[in-house]
Amino acid sequence: MTRITSIAAETTVTLKHTLRRRNFQLSVDVQIPTAGITGLFGESGSGKTTLLRCIAGLEADLSHDSRPVHKRGVGYVFQEPQLFPHLDVRRNIEFGLRRSSAPMVDQKQVVEMLGLGDLLDRKPDGLSGGEAQRVAIAAVLLRSPQLVLMDEPLASLDQRRKDELLPYLDRLHDELSVPMIYVSHSIDEVSRLCDHLLLIEDGRIVANGELHEMLSRLDLPMLSGANAGSVIEAKPWRYDRDYDLTQLNFSGGELSVPGRYHANARDVRLRIAAQDVSICLSRPDDTTILNVIAAEIDDVQTSGGASALVRLVAGTDYLLALVTRRSVAHLDLKKGDQVFAQVKSVTVKR
Amino acid sequence: MDELTDMSIIAPLLLSMQLAFVTTVVLILIATPLAWWLSQTSSRYKPVAQAIVAMPIVLPPTVIGFYLLILLGPHGAIGSWWVQITGSALTFSFSGLVIASCVYSLPFAVQPLQSAFESLPRQTLEFAWTQGASKLDAFFAVAVPMSVRGFIGAAVLAFAHTLGEFGVVLMVGGNIPGKTRVISIAIYDQVETLNYGAAHQMSLLLLVFAFFVLFGMFIINKRWSMR
Repeated sequence: MTRITSIAAETTVTLKHTLRRRNFQLSVDVQIPTAGITGLFGESGSGKTTLLRCIAGLEADLSHDSRPVHKRGVGYVFQEPQLFPHLDVRRNIEFGLRRSSAPMVDQKQVVEMLGLGDLLDRKPDGLSGGEAQRVAIAAVLLRSPQLVLMDEPLASLDQRRKDELLPYLDRLHDELSVPMIYVSHSIDEVSRLCDHLLLIEDGRIVANGELHEMLSRLDLPMLSGANAGSVIEAKPWRYDRDYDLTQLNFSGGELSVPGRYHANARDVRLRIAAQDVSICLSRPDDTTILNVIAAEIDDVQTSGGASALVRLVAGTDYLLALVTRRSVAHLDLKKGDQVFAQVKSVTVKR
Repeated sequence: MDELTDMSIIAPLLLSMQLAFVTTVVLILIATPLAWWLSQTSSRYKPVAQAIVAMPIVLPPTVIGFYLLILLGPHGAIGSWWVQITGSALTFSFSGLVIASCVYSLPFAVQPLQSAFESLPRQTLEFAWTQGASKLDAFFAVAVPMSVRGFIGAAVLAFAHTLGEFGVVLMVGGNIPGKTRVISIAIYDQVETLNYGAAHQMSLLLLVFAFFVLFGMFIINKRWSMR
C-alpha cells in the first residue's frame, strides 16, 4: 500500500508492499520524502520494476490496497514510452488530463518545460525515442498524479538521446513539487537527478537515506568499487578564459572543471568517483592533477580483496578514495590523519 | 431477361446480403467480448473455449446444420423457448438463419479480433490505466481504435463467409422463396432444374462480388499498415 501522509511540516510517502513469487520475494516497508526525487537503485533482477508495478497497482501484491489502478493517482513512465498510436501528441498528453478529477498542473507550462510545442500535431510513430519519452512524461505530469514513477526512462535511448533528455529531467527536478521515484541501475543518473536514495537488493530495501549521506557510506557493497563516489554541490565563481576552466567553491575549498559555468548560476552538482581520487600525505606540487584538496581521513573500509575505500572530510563535504589495501598499510592511513586528496576527474552533473 | 427471372435472381441476392449484414453486426457484438476474453485470460478453460469456437471450421456444415435443426426446432431447447416468446418457430425463418449463421461464422469473426487484441502491447493498456482510464474506458479508448484492422478483417470475413454458406442454411432454413432462399441455394436450385443460364448469372454475380469485397479488404489493410 502506498500512503501519502503529512506529519507537521514533514511530508512522507509510505511504501509498504509484499509480493511472493515462486523464486522471488518482495518485501518493502519504507518512507520517502515527498520533496525532490528519490532514486531507486539496484541491479537488474533486484525487484525495482516489480516494486514500481506494485505501487501502481499493476501487480497483485499482498498489501490489501483494493483500489484499481486508475484510481491510485500514480503516474507511470515506462522504460519504453507507451504512447497511443492512434492519437496525436496533443491528444496523448490530454488523455490523462481529461480523466483527472483535479488537474492542478498548467498544461502550457508542462508543454513548454518539456519542449513539446512543435510536436503537438505529430503522431507518435513519427517521434524519436527521446521525443516520445518527453511526451509520455508530459502526459503523466498533466494528470496531476500524487506520485510519479519513472522506470529507467533513459535506458532504451542511445547516449545522444540520453544527453538530449537529461536537461529536461533536470528541469522537472527544479520546477515541480510532485514526489517522484526514479528507477535506475546507473549511479551516474541517480547522482545527477536524485535527492534521496533507496537501495534495493533481492526484493528488499537495504538502505534508505539522503543522497549525499548515502553516497558517503562505506558499508554498502552496492556503492563500492566503480559505483563508489561522492556528490558535492559547488558554486561557480571565476572563469579562466585562457585555459577554459571554471573555478568552483565548495565547503572544503576550491575545484576547477573544464568549460564555462556562470557565476550567477545556481549551484553545480559535481560527482567525484572514488577511483579518481588518490591520497598524498604531503601537498604534491609537481603533479599534472589540477585539483588537490586538503582533507581529513574519516574512515577506512577494507574488504577481503586488494582495495580499500577511504572516506575523507573536506569542510562539510565528503570525498571517497578507492586505493589499494597495500597503500593504506604502507602510508599507515587511519582516522584523523590530515592528508591531501588528488582528484583526477570531476564530472559536472548539472 | 424477363422481369420474373430478374426477380428470381435479385431476391435471393438481396436476402443473402441482408442475412450477411445482420449476422455480421450480431457477430461483432458477440465476438468482441469473447475475443477480448480469449486474448487476455490465462484461465485453464481457454483451450476448451478456443476449441469450441474453432469447431465450425472443421465440421461439415451438415453436422452443424443437423444439431442446430434439433436445437432450434419447436421442440428443441432454444426453439421451444422461442415459440413461447414469439409464437412462431425459429426453423425455416430468417431469425433462425441469423442464429445459424452466427454459429457457423463465429470463428471467422473471433480469430481476427483475437489476434488483433493479442498483438496489443500490454504496457500500452497499463499506461492507459495509470493515466486514469478504467478497464472498460481503456478498452474503448485504446484497445478498440488500436485494433481497427482486426475489426475490419472480422467484419469482412464474417460477411463473406455468411454469404457463401450453403449446407447449414439449407438444413435450418430450407428453401422458402423470399424468406430463406439465399443465393447459394437459389443457384443450387437452378442447377438441379438444368437452368444453367440463371445459375451462371447468379454465380458470376457472387464471384465478382466476393472478389471485390476481398480486394477492398486487402486495399484497406495495406493503406492502414502504411500509415
